[in-house]
Amino acid sequence: MAEVLVYVDHVDGAVRKPTLELLTLARRVGEPVAVALGKGAADTAATLAEHGATRVLTHDAAEYADYLVVPKVDALQAAYEAVSPAAVLVPSSAEGKEIAARLALRIGSGIITDAVDLEAGDEGPVATQSVFAASFTTKSRVSKGTPVITVKPNSAAVEAAPAAGAVEALSVTFSDQATGTKVTGRTARESTGRPELTEAAIVVSGGRGVNGAENFGIIEALADSLGAAVGASRAAVDAGWYPHTNQVGQTGKSVSPQLYIANGISGAIQHRAGMQTSKTIVAINKDAEAPIFDLVDYGVVGDLFDVVPQLTEEIKTRKG
Amino acid sequence: MSLRIVVTVKYVPDATGDRHFADDLTVDRDDVDGLLSELDEYAVEQALQISENSDDDVEVTVLTVGPEDAKDALRKALSMGADKAIHVEDDDLHGTDVMGTSLVLAKAIEKAGFDLVISGMASTDGTAGVIPALLAERLGVPQVTLLSEVSVEDGTVKGRRDGDAASEQLEAALPAVVSVTDQSGEARYPSFKGIMAAKKKPVESWDLSDLDIEAEEVGLEGAWTKVEAAAERPARTAGTIVKDEGEGGKQLAEFLAGQKFI
Repeated sequence: MAEVLVYVDHVDGAVRKPTLELLTLARRVGEPVAVALGKGAADTAATLAEHGATRVLTHDAAEYADYLVVPKVDALQAAYEAVSPAAVLVPSSAEGKEIAARLALRIGSGIITDAVDLEAGDEGPVATQSVFAASFTTKSRVSKGTPVITVKPNSAAVEAAPAAGAVEALSVTFSDQATGTKVTGRTARESTGRPELTEAAIVVSGGRGVNGAENFGIIEALADSLGAAVGASRAAVDAGWYPHTNQVGQTGKSVSPQLYIANGISGAIQHRAGMQTSKTIVAINKDAEAPIFDLVDYGVVGDLFDVVPQLTEEIKTRKG
Repeated sequence: MSLRIVVTVKYVPDATGDRHFADDLTVDRDDVDGLLSELDEYAVEQALQISENSDDDVEVTVLTVGPEDAKDALRKALSMGADKAIHVEDDDLHGTDVMGTSLVLAKAIEKAGFDLVISGMASTDGTAGVIPALLAERLGVPQVTLLSEVSVEDGTVKGRRDGDAASEQLEAALPAVVSVTDQSGEARYPSFKGIMAAKKKPVESWDLSDLDIEAEEVGLEGAWTKVEAAAERPARTAGTIVKDEGEGGKQLAEFLAGQKFI
């Protein structure tokens, strides 16, 4: 069976969930060979093997942390040349898409970004994408070269499928471009203890109706009662009530959780672009005419300052 | 010293319109009004701010690839304050994918001459967000992308990139390709004076032969990817909507419990 390269997104050896989803999808089109780079790369092997990686190619060098994107492109290209895979899959993070694009150009291959599903086809993998603010679904394939495809988080359920996961050292020679953009400083984001927004099974979001940074506490309390991530609409972010990293929408993150709860969000097209593929959608809004109600499975027309605390209390009671 | 900035902009179908596909599975541009991609306004704004904050002689050129109507996007950028515009237009460009688009942009940027390229973080129609990285790869210059803050001084571009795990300070020598996010700073509205002045600013038109690009390298036939099917997402079945009369939170909890979320 043909091999498929899977680029591993990890933090100091801890593999992030979208990579495990990618391994599940990769098995539909071939045998997954994982590529893990940077600090802790070899520590990813056990988890990757458990989820189907037959081989794990690893390489660590200071360049991965000290310079932007290109060292990782050089390494993925080295893996591509060593493996001659049938496809290359990369998580659809901002950095993942940049790495994938540059690799695709170098190897003369087409690229598909933000796939939400992947199937084997007669002429190579067929990717499903959700476009125009999720109002259309397309099926596409790469028609030139080796398909390079980036896949969005939450596109597949993670399935364990134990494989050998043999660790092999990847040999990498960095290009002249590798050191072009220096990372001169890095401030780690403080952990909130909540799930990562794009990976969370439940997302609780607040918008204009939350009416102030101080009021986001009730949104966070609801999120915590459900073990959910907190999102915010662009209006709430632009007003400075919540960090941009939590913005859901066209210019923020797109999320596709099992449950999305929109609080005080009207549902402008830009916001819908980021959450419309959520499986179950719930909204609480004072305005019965808000477009968000066109999307919901369950909506409450009411003041979120009454409804949300009551909901949070009821969830806590039910969970005991 | 002088600094030549090229801002890449895209003319996109209005997201609030009814966007759909044409028979050949390319984006139907006839039925929906187009406009300058909102995310590219941030790129124009940062170019203008770099220009205004510089002691050097700065020239801001806006560049687009697209049909006749795409001139509207250039006109908007000129009315914001850009100095001149380049429009690459050719019938053979219809259906070009990101690889072809990045080729045309890169050739045009090289022909125009540049010290700095500034792009928006993504277009609001395709939303792939890969053009800036592809331009850096094609032009062989550093990419300094997804910046929420950007500045240029003494031949060096600096910026802040806010990622999921960390916020990074970046630095590269010019020439370079930069992309900016919607957090980089509100884009200005064109003034009446700006709109009047824009009418007199030069707009150059180039076609594929001006850029030494063969028709087979671009367009639907030259694309490295193929859309095989496009279907409208089925309308969601109407949900249950209740009015809160004191028990709204409890009713919602009951629904969530029924769906096994609690």
